[in-house]
Amino acid sequence: MIRCQVIQPHRLFLAIACWVAVAAVAQTDTRRSGFEFMRPDTQAMQRDDTLNPGMLWVRQGEKLWQQATASGAKSCAGCHADASSSMHGVAARYPAWDERTQGPLNLAQRINQCRQNHQQTQPWRLESQELLALESFVGYQSRGMPLAPQASTRLQPHLDNGQRLFQQRMGQLNLSCAQCHDQNAGRHLGGNVIPQAHPTGYPIYRLEWQAVGSLQRRLRNCMNGVRAEPYAMGARELVELELYLAVRARGMPVETPGIRP
Amino acid sequence: MSAMGVSRSRRLMIVAGFGVGACLIVRPALATSGELAAAVNGYAGGAPIKAGRVKLDIAPLVDNGNTVPLSVSVDSAMTAADHVVAIAVFNERNPQREVIKCTLGPRAGRASISTRIRLATSQKLVAVARMSDGTYWSDTVDVIVSIAACLENPI
Amino acid sequence: MSFTIIKVPATARRGEIIEVRATIAHPMETGFRPGDDGRVLPRDIIQHFSCHYNNELIFSAELFSALAANPLIAFHTIATETGTLRFQWVGDKGFRHSESVALQVT
Repeated sequence: MIRCQVIQPHRLFLAIACWVAVAAVAQTDTRRSGFEFMRPDTQAMQRDDTLNPGMLWVRQGEKLWQQATASGAKSCAGCHADASSSMHGVAARYPAWDERTQGPLNLAQRINQCRQNHQQTQPWRLESQELLALESFVGYQSRGMPLAPQASTRLQPHLDNGQRLFQQRMGQLNLSCAQCHDQNAGRHLGGNVIPQAHPTGYPIYRLEWQAVGSLQRRLRNCMNGVRAEPYAMGARELVELELYLAVRARGMPVETPGIRP
Repeated sequence: MSAMGVSRSRRLMIVAGFGVGACLIVRPALATSGELAAAVNGYAGGAPIKAGRVKLDIAPLVDNGNTVPLSVSVDSAMTAADHVVAIAVFNERNPQREVIKCTLGPRAGRASISTRIRLATSQKLVAVARMSDGTYWSDTVDVIVSIAACLENPI
Repeated sequence: MSFTIIKVPATARRGEIIEVRATIAHPMETGFRPGDDGRVLPRDIIQHFSCHYNNELIFSAELFSALAANPLIAFHTIATETGTLRFQWVGDKGFRHSESVALQVT
């Protein structure tokens, strides 16, 4: 509608400033999920739950959720009831601050902590089939939701360390994560396109593994790739890297179970 | 391989324009790799294999050779009188030639199968279909597989 | 306990051609791959897959090491009558698994 009236200068300035700000924000989010770097066949596999092999782990997790422990304690469902509501959004907030250990904890560690303290049973070995299955099942309850690690002053030193580790050169190849995944994302390394390394799909079904695996497994593989001694599974450094990656990807949608090459 | 087979396969005649004598054509691509040709010809029991009617669908460049989606579809009305009886896929450079051998019937409605395969390296793939009239048809494709840039150790 | 993902439409019209997808969790160890000690790991694959529709065989496949782990097989069948699709997988080391899915045909 065209109105003939004098447009007040300060309102016009405000309108233009807002528009520029919105356009600027829209333009500066150049983050892209690893999904977008994959070929159409692989993308189709992730999109369709009847084609996505990661769903086998989600199925197993769903069963484990209902299972009472060998020690006779309640199943996950015994306390948490229906996971689709109680776990909705939970995985998206991890890694999170843990009061018990006074440090950051990833979802797998949190599940194990629950097993020990609330189910009086042995924690599952990290990267075991059961733990990955339950992590996949819980992660799946956050699918589509934005990654939302909680901002926390107590987590700040860990976040800072995660960032430092991400930017630190390592290994015989003397490369940092940032050099590939910040500076050279989108370019090729051999036959592969270098992704931006956002942890949106974890635990992922990796075609290379022909199985589901955790972010820590992937980080350790990358460290091997640059000929660095990888941190041990479950190491504090790996959790700090996970925390940094989650914050770096804040707002991007969870894709669990993701598929990656 | 009888005249009966040709008269039933109207589409074949339209597309190929051949008469009975066409049954001895073997596609040159099958002759390039000895082992692959032997496996394919063994599957057909030495019967001639014609190129056509079969479509092997696979991406020409793959994300990872460990898990590659593949489909095979065969042009056939799938009637009781004329249908695909079997579909098989063979490879050129994996440790073993066979990939999958499927058995179908007219109840399939559509002669189309999908699966996911492993490819050790860039190579040819051949899909062969056996028809209810005893004829064999095939399709051959080339796939490029690149090795992962970062080598990783098992956990 | 073997986990599977099976896609069969819940209902279909009589005469409709439907796509059936069946995936099962299985490592499909090729028998060509060396383990950490350098020795070749023994083959452990699913060798045979079949589908019976109201007890009539409608599809079967012989599987080889070239199939990826957690094998997916998709095929088609004509929805002829209401009934059950029974899937069976047989493999090395005495592996056996079967699963039944109902199909309503109207």
